[in-house]
Amino acid sequence: MATNTTYNKAANKNGNKSAADKSMALGLRALNKFASSSTIDKFKLRKPAEKAIYQASKNGFKAAGAVGRQFATKKGDKPARQPNAKSYGLFDLTPTEEQQMLVEAFGDFAQSELKPIAGQADHDCAAPVELLAQSTELGVTMIGVPEQLGGAVDERSAVTSTLITEALAHGDMGLAVAVLAPAAVSTALGLWGDGDQQATYLPEFVGENVPAAALAVMEPRPVFDPFKLDTKATRNMDGGFTLTGTKSLVPRGAEAELFVIAADLDGKPALFIVESKTDGVGLTSEPAMGIRAAATATLTLEDVKLPAGALLGDADPAVYAECIRLGRIAWAALAAGTGRAVQDYVIPYVNDRQAFGEPISHRQAVAFMVSNIAIELEGIRLATYRAASRADRGDDFSREAAIARQLTAKYGMQIGSDGVQLLGGHGYIKEHPVERWYRDLRAAGLMEGVLLV
Amino acid sequence: MINLETPKKFKPLISQANMVAQELLRPNSRKYDIAEHEYPVELDMLRSLIDGMEDGAAMGAGAAGVGKGGADGEKKKDDGGVKNGTNLSTALSIIEMCWGDAGLLLTMPGQGLGNSAIAAVANEEQLERFKGKWAAMAITEPEAGSDSASIRATAVKDGDHYILNGEKIFVTSGERADVVVVWANVDPSAGRAGIKSFVVERDNPGLKLDRLEHKLGIRASDTANFILQDCRVHENNLLGDPEVRTDKGFGGVMQTFDNTRPLVAAMALGCSRAALDETRKLLESAGFEIDYDKPSAHQPGCVAEFIELESDWEAALLLTMEAAWMADNRKPNSVQASMAKAKAGRSGTDITLRCVKLAGSVGYSENELLEKWSRDSKILDIFEGTQQIQQLIIARQLLGKSSSELK
Repeated sequence: MATNTTYNKAANKNGNKSAADKSMALGLRALNKFASSSTIDKFKLRKPAEKAIYQASKNGFKAAGAVGRQFATKKGDKPARQPNAKSYGLFDLTPTEEQQMLVEAFGDFAQSELKPIAGQADHDCAAPVELLAQSTELGVTMIGVPEQLGGAVDERSAVTSTLITEALAHGDMGLAVAVLAPAAVSTALGLWGDGDQQATYLPEFVGENVPAAALAVMEPRPVFDPFKLDTKATRNMDGGFTLTGTKSLVPRGAEAELFVIAADLDGKPALFIVESKTDGVGLTSEPAMGIRAAATATLTLEDVKLPAGALLGDADPAVYAECIRLGRIAWAALAAGTGRAVQDYVIPYVNDRQAFGEPISHRQAVAFMVSNIAIELEGIRLATYRAASRADRGDDFSREAAIARQLTAKYGMQIGSDGVQLLGGHGYIKEHPVERWYRDLRAAGLMEGVLLV
Repeated sequence: MINLETPKKFKPLISQANMVAQELLRPNSRKYDIAEHEYPVELDMLRSLIDGMEDGAAMGAGAAGVGKGGADGEKKKDDGGVKNGTNLSTALSIIEMCWGDAGLLLTMPGQGLGNSAIAAVANEEQLERFKGKWAAMAITEPEAGSDSASIRATAVKDGDHYILNGEKIFVTSGERADVVVVWANVDPSAGRAGIKSFVVERDNPGLKLDRLEHKLGIRASDTANFILQDCRVHENNLLGDPEVRTDKGFGGVMQTFDNTRPLVAAMALGCSRAALDETRKLLESAGFEIDYDKPSAHQPGCVAEFIELESDWEAALLLTMEAAWMADNRKPNSVQASMAKAKAGRSGTDITLRCVKLAGSVGYSENELLEKWSRDSKILDIFEGTQQIQQLIIARQLLGKSSSELK
């Protein structure tokens, strides 16, 4: 099904401004201020193209990746980069004012827009088109873009992205992944794109008609190692590349117009920019245990011919390693958000639920599970912040990303499982969201790529 | 601005503490593990060294400066900015010291838990009078451990003195300290509200040393049992409010622990980091590379396990720093302090024991210190609030339950 959409109608249709809407507007205004500042207009040379959005559905889909706009190749100057954040040398858990404002805006958006439809979106294996439009209005794809290219944040923004990711996943993880998927591509271009790549693609991500886009790393094989890829890139005579292989669990795969794809080049993993309309790109719906609202798809690459300019980050192994680490931090942030949703849900439940003549929370066996959820959740959150803040300052963060990953895989899942357990049989049925969080949290410890902070 | 690194300004202090740990504590670790109850004379030298050091108080377990809030004491003007103060610096230096030896830290002259209590509740005159005294803390009784509100020791007013009777066990540094802060009830009919603390001179004839315990670990630190037999203590030695007030009372006494829980967490962090550092060396010498990027399932089992342990350690560290940071910035941190103590306590035991397992006979043998650290660490999940007590504190606050509802 193809749908056209008008982006500005989505918000506040009934004209009834809640507090949530107001603070969302506040976040928007701030973003607009940044967005309107610098050279964005210079780059606004985009040809508006018909945007066909394929909705994944329960029934599945199979499509050639022929959708999407024409990204006219442009020449750019030197690539722009967000400068590293400065350190004031103090231990501090206080977000900056800008971060606080964004967290509030995205937090309100998550609670008022994502949370209420999370169950339906999980069932539909799709996020509503209007919702995705609304989220681009909030500027998700502008966070990781350098300011001089129309980005929203003047310094390296891993902490900002982490906080936003956590806030969105507090509403719903699957929808958060759907909302943030294009931001992974704009962040990748912001971090590693050369001048031409940034000039060609980034204006689209800071404009009004933001393309759906996705970062594809995962491959359908057990014990997947993102540093040893089956997807192969070979060099062509003209300096370009040919890609062959299969990527799994690609979010919004069917509607994505642009991909960043991990493939092996000369025995080392590298990243490639692939427009979905390129010949040989195929997509099949691949619903999974959870994060179903992200409309995950299998992406097949059959002799996909790419120009020389498709190689992102010069095939530098350090770039690829950074990409994997930033992805793991993002999944840890998602687990922190969903873990918080579990904690928020079980506390009133165990206080209300009566057994043997008193609330079940009066039993240590129940109460201690709640304590442990809180302890391990806070551990995940802090480890994730540490990894992200090191990334912002340009410090090595391989150890910290691995730690956030490990805590997410172990305790994130434990929190999901305990959430169901605390509700007993009621936790197992769809009347309560804990079964969905159980399914979603399994993803957070095993997924690679998809999102970047 | 979010930053979870060790503050730059504490780096000199931390490297000093690490030097002391490396040069003075570690070399004496095994000696006093074997020679239990023998006074570690090497520490006397350290006492004068610490007294001469700026911020040296941050090197002991007693840590008299913690809990006051604010960075660098009360004198500096509050500029409303974020502070990294004594709570954080003390926790960080304790990590280093316990990386050296937790038992020796616990018996650091002049740095008893009683010193924290005195610093927290003593009046000006008492602060002056007990200055420089090594103060132990006597709370636990044979029939009252975690349930400290049910202690049976009594204090009966007699003129301008109190007469204390009862039995106290598990008094850390009880033999070596100059004074002992003794908890006793002045009005058992008032229940926990009647519990007061008294500073008792160690040479008071009514304070009788009964025995020293033989322990699983932290053997460098003496653990004394006392009998209080008509022990006369002047009323000026009562800490805090002498009146029995049923409306507050006990909560105030317990507040001492809000500030010391992150410090015990720090002890567990130091002890378990010693084990992690040693295990990493052993693994690397055996040819295993710790590659943080490689997915867990692709790692050799021992490396995957090491990273798992290191991750728990990191979570405990960050929880501890968070709790201390909140105290420095006067944010209520009771939940975070308990989360830090619970996570660091249980991870400390888990990490040190699994490091012994990973190292095999090298870990289990007395030729190395890994086995000792795994014995030392267990107490850190028990004293100053067991794992289970911390979980109760956290759960009651999260669930909004009283101690009569969630028992």
